Formats: sequence, C-alpha cells, structure tokens
Amino acid sequence: MLRRSIPEARLTRRALMIGAAGLSFAFVERGFGLGGVISPASAASPTTFNPWVTISPDGLISIMSPAAEMGQGSKTSLPLILAEELDADWKDVRIVAAPPNEEIYGNPGFLGMMYTAGSATVAGYYAPLRQFGAQVRRVILDNAARKWGVAVSELRTEPGVVVHDKTGRRLSYGEIASFAVLPPTAPQINPDELKRPDQFRLIGKDVTRFELPTKVDGSARYSIDIEVPGMLYGALLTPVFPDSRAKTIDDTAARAVRGVVGIYDLPNGVGVGVVAETPWAAFTAKDALRVSWTQSPKAGAFDSDASMDRYAAMSRGEISQQATLWDKAGDGADGLKTATETLTGEYRCDYAYHAQMEPLNAVASVSADGGSVEIWCGTQSQAMAVKAAASTLGIERSKVKFNEVLLGGGFGRRGPQDQDFLVGALLLSREIKRPVKVLWTREDDIRNGRFRPMSAHRIEAGFDREGALTTWHHRVTTDNVSMFQDPGRYYGPFKQRDMLSLLGTELPTYAIPNRLSEHFAVDSGVRLASLRGIGFTANKFATESFVDESARKRGIDPLEFRLSLARNVPRARAVLEAVADMSNWRQRRPGSGYGLAYIDYSGTQIAGVAEIAMDRTSGEIRLKTFWVAIDPGVAVQPDNIVAQTEGSVVYGLGMALSEQITIKDGEIQQSNFYDYTVMRMRDLPDIQVRIVPSDGRPTGVGQMATPLVAPAISNAVAELAGVRLRHTPMLPSRVLAALNGGARQ
Amino acid sequence: MIVHFTVNGSPAEADAPPETPLLWVLREHLKLPGTRFGCGAGLCGACMVHIDGDRAFSCQTQLSGVEGRAVTTIEGLSKDSTHPVQKAWLKEQVPQCGYCQSGQIMSAAALLQHSPHPSRDEIVDYMSAHICRCGTYPRILRAIERASREG
Repeated sequence: MLRRSIPEARLTRRALMIGAAGLSFAFVERGFGLGGVISPASAASPTTFNPWVTISPDGLISIMSPAAEMGQGSKTSLPLILAEELDADWKDVRIVAAPPNEEIYGNPGFLGMMYTAGSATVAGYYAPLRQFGAQVRRVILDNAARKWGVAVSELRTEPGVVVHDKTGRRLSYGEIASFAVLPPTAPQINPDELKRPDQFRLIGKDVTRFELPTKVDGSARYSIDIEVPGMLYGALLTPVFPDSRAKTIDDTAARAVRGVVGIYDLPNGVGVGVVAETPWAAFTAKDALRVSWTQSPKAGAFDSDASMDRYAAMSRGEISQQATLWDKAGDGADGLKTATETLTGEYRCDYAYHAQMEPLNAVASVSADGGSVEIWCGTQSQAMAVKAAASTLGIERSKVKFNEVLLGGGFGRRGPQDQDFLVGALLLSREIKRPVKVLWTREDDIRNGRFRPMSAHRIEAGFDREGALTTWHHRVTTDNVSMFQDPGRYYGPFKQRDMLSLLGTELPTYAIPNRLSEHFAVDSGVRLASLRGIGFTANKFATESFVDESARKRGIDPLEFRLSLARNVPRARAVLEAVADMSNWRQRRPGSGYGLAYIDYSGTQIAGVAEIAMDRTSGEIRLKTFWVAIDPGVAVQPDNIVAQTEGSVVYGLGMALSEQITIKDGEIQQSNFYDYTVMRMRDLPDIQVRIVPSDGRPTGVGQMATPLVAPAISNAVAELAGVRLRHTPMLPSRVLAALNGGARQ
Repeated sequence: MIVHFTVNGSPAEADAPPETPLLWVLREHLKLPGTRFGCGAGLCGACMVHIDGDRAFSCQTQLSGVEGRAVTTIEGLSKDSTHPVQKAWLKEQVPQCGYCQSGQIMSAAALLQHSPHPSRDEIVDYMSAHICRCGTYPRILRAIERASREG
C-alpha cells in the first residue's frame, strides 16, 4: 500500500544493492569467495552472512523468506520467485525464516520494513527477488563456464543443473557450489535477461505451501504452542480503558489458587499480571482478582452510538474542525460550483474486531540480569517485535533474540508499533526471572481489541449539463488509526495523515476530473488498528454505494455507468466485463437481487457481483452467490489467489452483515463469539472466482475482495427492494428500518 | 485429582483440579498442542476432539468427566495424515492460517464416521459449530465431499 511513495528506480537500485552487499560483504569480511551467495559446508554459517540464498554441495538450496506466515502464503511465494530466476529445482529448496534485519530483508515496497501487511509482500519483493535470483544463477553459470573452459553463452540451465549441450556435460548446482568462487561485485542483469512469462516453471504453477501439511496433522507450531524449559504461565487482568491502571488490588482469593506463583501490578497500563504453574491456574486466579481502575479522562466517557452522530455531523461540516487533505485531482470540490446538478450521500461503518483464531499470546525469557531476552510471538513484523522488546526492557536490540512462529491469523492485529501482545510476557518474565507464556483469553482479546475505526462518510457529487459525473467530494470522519497504531510512521513518512483510514477514497481509475477526499480525524481514546482491507472497506462501502446511487438516479445501468467511468483503464473494464459475464449481469431480471462493486486496490483490479435474498419480515439478508473477477498482475500462485479471494469474501461478508463492536462509557460491549458474530459455514455463499490474465507486476491479493462485499450487497438491496442501506453492518434491525421508510432512495 | 483415561490409544493420567478443561490437560500436561484454544466457550470448535468416538469441545469437557474414556486428538487421527479427511484436506489445499483446522478435521472425521455420505445440508449444519476466520469454508466443504466420495 506504500508503493505509491517509492519510485520504481529506487526498487531497482535497492535490488542491486542487496545483491552487491551480500557478495562484497562475504569477500571483505571473510577473505574467501564463498558465503554470500554460495555457501559450501566449510563456509561460515548463514546467520553470520545473512544471505538470501545458500547452496550446499549436497544440492540443498536454502532461501530466506522475510514474510510472516499467517495463512496468506507469501512465506512460500517469496522464495519461489527467487527460485524461478535461479532456475532451482523446487524440491531442493528449503525455506528459512529470515532474521529480523531490515537492512537486508526489509520490503522495498513497504518503506523497507520487515512487515507483512497491506497485501504488499509479493508486490514489494517481486522485482528484487527475481533480479537477485538471476544474479545467483549468473554466478553459477560463470563458475561452470570457467570449470569447463567454455563460453557462458554456450550454457543453459535446467532446474538445478547447468548443461553444456555441445559436449553433453552437466553439473548440478550442488556440485558447482563445492568449487565456486564469487565475483567481486554482483553481476549485472538486464531486464531482458530475466525469464519471459512463457519460460516460467514455478510462477503461475501451484505449489503446496511449505507449512500446509503441518496444519493437517496438528504439528504446526504457533507461539501458543511454544514450550521452554522452566516456563510458567501468565494471565493479565487488563484495564477497562486504554489509559487507566489499577487503583486498588485485592488478590487474597487469587493467591489462594493452587499453582499461583506471583501477582504483579504492571506498569504502562498493562494491568495486573498473574503467574502460575499451569494456564488454568493462571486463568482461575485472574478471575479471582478484585481490582478497581483509575478513571480515564478520554476513553472513559466514550460512547460509540453518540459519537457516531457526532462523526456524521463532522462529515457534514456542522462541527467546525480542520480537515486534513488526503487526495485531490483537478479543481477538487470547487468543481461543485459549476455543476448543474448535485447529489449527496451519507454512510456509516461501525467498529470491527479482527477475531484472529489464535488469541494473542507470547513467550518471553528474560535473562536473570535483565540484560537480554529471547522471545517467541506471532507478529506481522519481526523487526517491530525486536524493537518493542528492547524498548520495553530498556536494552539494546542486539540483546533480543527473536524466534519466528506461525501466526494463527493476523488480519492487521499483529502489527502495532508497540506489539502490545508481547509486553506482558516481557514484564512478567523479568519479574519472576523465568520464561513466561502470557495467554489472552478470547474475552481478553476482545476487551483489549484494537479495532477497525468507526467512520462517517459524506459524499457530494456534481454533474454537468450532459449528465456526466465531473466532481466528487468525499469527507470522512474516523478515529485516527495511524496515530494510534504506528506513531513512528504517522509522524514520519505518513506526514500526519491517517493513511490507514483514508486509503480507498482516491478513485484513480474513474474518469472524474475534479476530486477531493479529506479527513476529520478524531482522537477518541479508543484502541485501533489496521484490519483486513483497512480504509478500503469503509471507504468503498461509501464510494461504490454512491456510484450506484448516482447511476440509478440517472437511470443508467450500474455496470454501464462504471464502464463509462473506467473508460481510460482497460484492466478495470476487463474485470467489470468478466464479472458481468460470470454473473450474467446483462441478462438479469429486473428487481432480482444483484449488486455490483468495483475497486482499484493499490493497482489490483477487482470487481464483484452479489446475488442476495432478503427476508422482509425478519430483515435478514442472505448472500446466495458472489462472483469475483480479479486482476492482480502476474498470478504467482493462482490457486492461492483463489483461496485468498474466497477467504477475503467471507471476511467482508461478516463486516457487511453482522460484525459490530459497540462501546458504552468507555467499555467494549462484546466479549466472545456469541455476541461478536462472525461468518460460519451456514452463512457461506457460492463463491466464484476468476483470475483475469494480466502480465503487469503483482499488486497484491490478500485483502482485495473484502471491501467489495458490503457495497455489492447494499447495491443488491437497492435493486431488490428499492431502499438504500447506509450503515454497516447491515443488521436486520437496520434493514427493517430502511424497509419501513427510513431511507428511501 | 488424578484421572485415568486413554489418549490416542495409549493410557494417560493427569493430576489437575477436576474442573480443569480437557483442552489444557491435553495441551500442557500431555504435550499434545495440536488441539487449539480459540474461545474457551464452545463457540468456535478449535478445540474439537473425539471422546469415545463422538466429537466434543475439549474446552467444555472437564477433566473429571473423562475418567476411563477414550480421547482422540488430531495427533492420533492417523499416523501420517492418511485418514481420508486429512488426505482430502491436502488435496483441496484447505488450511490458510491453519489454527482452526485440527478442530475442523476432527469434526469432519466424526461426521463421516456417523454419516459416511452426508448431504450438503448435513455437512453445513454439522460444520457450523466451527469458525474459520480465514474463510476456508468453501474448501472445507469440498474436502468433506471428497473424503466422503473417495473414502
């Protein structure tokens, strides 16, 4: 999602720099030509060199992968991209977790951070990893040519083997690794020396993700499964409000629980920590604590229902506050002055919770002197976990040993700058001088949830004499997510603009000459985070619903209206036509429950059609079918793209229909899956996904369909029942209110 | 309280307060972490195991309730992922984050044990005890139909 701010040229330079640094480092530091790229058994260990690739004489090719694996598959896709240009045999490849070193492993498409988020992993690493794979292959070819005394131009590779056709000689990569020397500088690879798509052996061909079999036999390991000798278990009773702490603690009953080892009032508003010999003892003792909390000046008075009305008033301009400019084209909102007709629409979205299936937890083992620590946690940013551990304990980053594990879901929850889920384990381990695994219950996970912000949107559109849409003014009021989640980026590269709330308001592929989107940011005291689809989910509910309203108002078919708006973007038109074809859009009967939505998501073109049924008595909406056409650029792992899109639709369906966090007097009202209702198999529509072929660079997949679902459903309701639903989740009560005349079009 | 039962065909015993959920006994006392903690309230199914051949939420089963009974966990469903449900899971490439999948697989195996050729409605009804936040439901459905077909 940050690609826009990084020019292509810098990607290329960085790619070369990575290669050159690895190679020259090996020479300078070690004095022999092995290690950076090719590392026989006698060479220094990879951890010393931090290489991307290690080839052993036995043929094993170890490739570093800096992605966190939370089910999205990029931990497998990154090495596969490198292996493609290296022309490695995939069965020889071993995927190794890259250590937290952003200098070497940071994502050039994500501000150079080791941060798996924003569907930016394959997108960001694709070009550099191809380049680097090709460089390694060139070094191998040069070594084979030297060995045989032939021109490198006479050589070719088959997977894992260099072949000299004239003499029929063959050398495996492993054999070459046993005698190879590295050049003093990384070889130059011209773009036309990379493989053409028709030469791909791995990209575009499905492989099984490296960790998938372990998820079928139970052997997959998440941080909740980590067992360290001498480890104790921790539970936290956390403050009701983000900025309050314990005022009085009565722990008499808690200390009487068998197995309790210690109870601590922790700093930084972390709460009260219980350490025990078993998880159950820790939970039991936590429940027996009697704690009163200090009041929170900000969060303590917060009420989400009342605040929503205020947010809506802000977006209407009824409450004076400085707007932050997010995006502007042409004359911006000034275009409204010359419009012959205007139309306005308002939309609202409630707070939503990530609900990753693994409740947050972490293991920390602080040394007895408090000067170093070893950590295990499922994080979307290995480097951030190291930084957070160092700053929490007041030690150097070099004193933090990070152990990577699988993530039981992420969806944005595991990426805050403070890595909140790690802090309790660090503090308790330091207190008790033993390794501690801190477990959050599901109730803790919601109570300490960091939510997708609440938002209120107002859009005003201007049309010219011919009825063309010429001006678009979108005003968004939300809690300030970026400032809460990631002050480092907010005050740094984001330039105090809440990118996480505003992305998705820009409409670059629609030919609307005058556009303006701006933000009213609220510092509400509510805990916040990115959530799958980030700002797109709320913003596209608003924009794609409003595009539909505009089309219906003018009596134009919503598909034809969008095709006209996207007239300058062939890839956008292609996904719209594809999804129209899949759903037989143009043959649909009038009044059938079909609704369309289209998104340009960081370059990925995606369109969806929802077919719904609605119970007019209960107000329940049922999604029967959802068709998606997606063009994500080069389809690196097609079946995984389909899987991610299916999952993304299911996630979006929950946001659209049922998922809602409410806050009263500063307290989260929901506590488990009985009152935070996510989609189950009984809610599943028939999901049809078509990948629209494209040879553009990969632009991301993992969350692109999520924001399609709510507007497509809202548009389907408009078509079916003639009413406009303006508030997600589209709960039965809201549907009934609309049907009873609350929101006639 | 010391409780004796069998886990994956072998005798097991655990010394813990009688109300301790079987889930934590399996995970922490018996070192079988493939059974997952998701909600602690019988709402998500990540903790699903078999007790005497029927599926059971191990987070809702007290240790005292398994005296003398036979518990099967994901680790004991087959030695090498050769149970028909596991084979189908691999063929359909079901898991994403994978955290809920042990429980999903245990339920699917229990369903097919009792009803070798379930209708789609039966599958949906039975499997709706579970939550998969990654949204792998289409593939779970296909995998169960495949396992039913291929046995």
